[in-house]
Amino acid sequence: MALDKNEVLEGLIEIIVDETGADPGDIDPDKTFADDLDIDSLSMMTILTLAEDRFDVEIPDDSIQTLQTVQDAVDFIAGD
Amino acid sequence: MIAAGQTRPGARILAVDGVRGGRLVGNAELAGPISSSDEWIRSRTGIVTRARAGAETSALDLAEAAARRAIARAGLDASRIDVVILGSVTHFRQTPAAAPALADRLGASGAAAFDISAACAGYCYGIGLADSLVRAGAAEHALVVGADKLSDFVDPADRTISFLLGDGAGAAVVGPCDRPGIGPTVWGADGAKAGHVGQNIDFRQAVATGTWPTLRQDGPSVYKWAVFEMSKVARAAIAQAGLTADDIAVFIPHQANLRIIEQQVKRIGLTAGVLVARDIIETGNTSAASIPLATERLGRDNPGLGGKLALQIGFGAGLAYAAQVVELPSTLDQPANNERNSHGIGQE
Repeated sequence: MALDKNEVLEGLIEIIVDETGADPGDIDPDKTFADDLDIDSLSMMTILTLAEDRFDVEIPDDSIQTLQTVQDAVDFIAGD
Repeated sequence: MIAAGQTRPGARILAVDGVRGGRLVGNAELAGPISSSDEWIRSRTGIVTRARAGAETSALDLAEAAARRAIARAGLDASRIDVVILGSVTHFRQTPAAAPALADRLGASGAAAFDISAACAGYCYGIGLADSLVRAGAAEHALVVGADKLSDFVDPADRTISFLLGDGAGAAVVGPCDRPGIGPTVWGADGAKAGHVGQNIDFRQAVATGTWPTLRQDGPSVYKWAVFEMSKVARAAIAQAGLTADDIAVFIPHQANLRIIEQQVKRIGLTAGVLVARDIIETGNTSAASIPLATERLGRDNPGLGGKLALQIGFGAGLAYAAQVVELPSTLDQPANNERNSHGIGQE
């Protein structure tokens, strides 16, 4: 069953904030992880692994290359 | 009926010491060929310098220097070593192993001696083996050495691992004790991830192509495994020792990457006051040598660690891993004991 995208976004923002110390107000779906949020591949791996645990989904390691924006990650996790 | 050998109630680490490559190589020197910078390397790895030995120095030379220091620190004569266990992936021969030559150089004549190939887990594999051998009565004193000269396997243009790597050796002497001074070793391997880190080509391919093999890794995948799976292993090692995270005073993980170390501290649930080994900042990643070298530095910088409980965990190519809680030896408090300081070998 597909997850609710708003819930996924909310949870993902919590993980990003916890991991990077970013201001939640600065994180919106269109932001790119690398350029806008200054999240490198190691932090991205941490965030995606925490998201795997939180949403009980499997996210392949090479997704750090393809999931460019917060919305990309939300869509993947929600099962789009 | 076969008689049982004499077993012992425990084993403990009597001494730890080590040596680093004699030249500290800064990030700026390595940044050019990988189109990088000092800032990028620091932010990704925490490394400021890595210790590298000169061309004339071998992993066996490093092992010998580290072992001499540890044996002297333990106050033993080398003839009392019954078994020599050498963890290394940078000895150039498939056979013979380096450990018998090491035993001979040290004067541990007749000691059983063998190499183990468990890469960055080699030292903790060795401590687990030594603990078992001493408790089982198969040895009274075991010498465990992690020695790697990784600079022999680096590619200056490789952006995945080469710029992390240093050279060094660390050694521990394990002996009998009337109670356990080394907790149960939690160890294992995940061969399904064998391709994540190691040599880029085997020696047959090297000969066929005239290309020297060098090391590569899938950094983000190894990072994920090291942070999340190894934190579970570390917690299991604490639990199997009958302890909780609050009991751990010192954390000495393999010095792979400072980012991994900081994440492990968080995910294992260690206390805010735990003393964390961060030798990687100056020494770099020295594979099997990194834990005993980090232990040596902690002892040098923090008098009074003797008797404290340390969690140590090695993990790397294989992928192989091992963790145990150990009681740090009182000899860590003693001043460095002999002719070379720990930066003194293999000056280029």
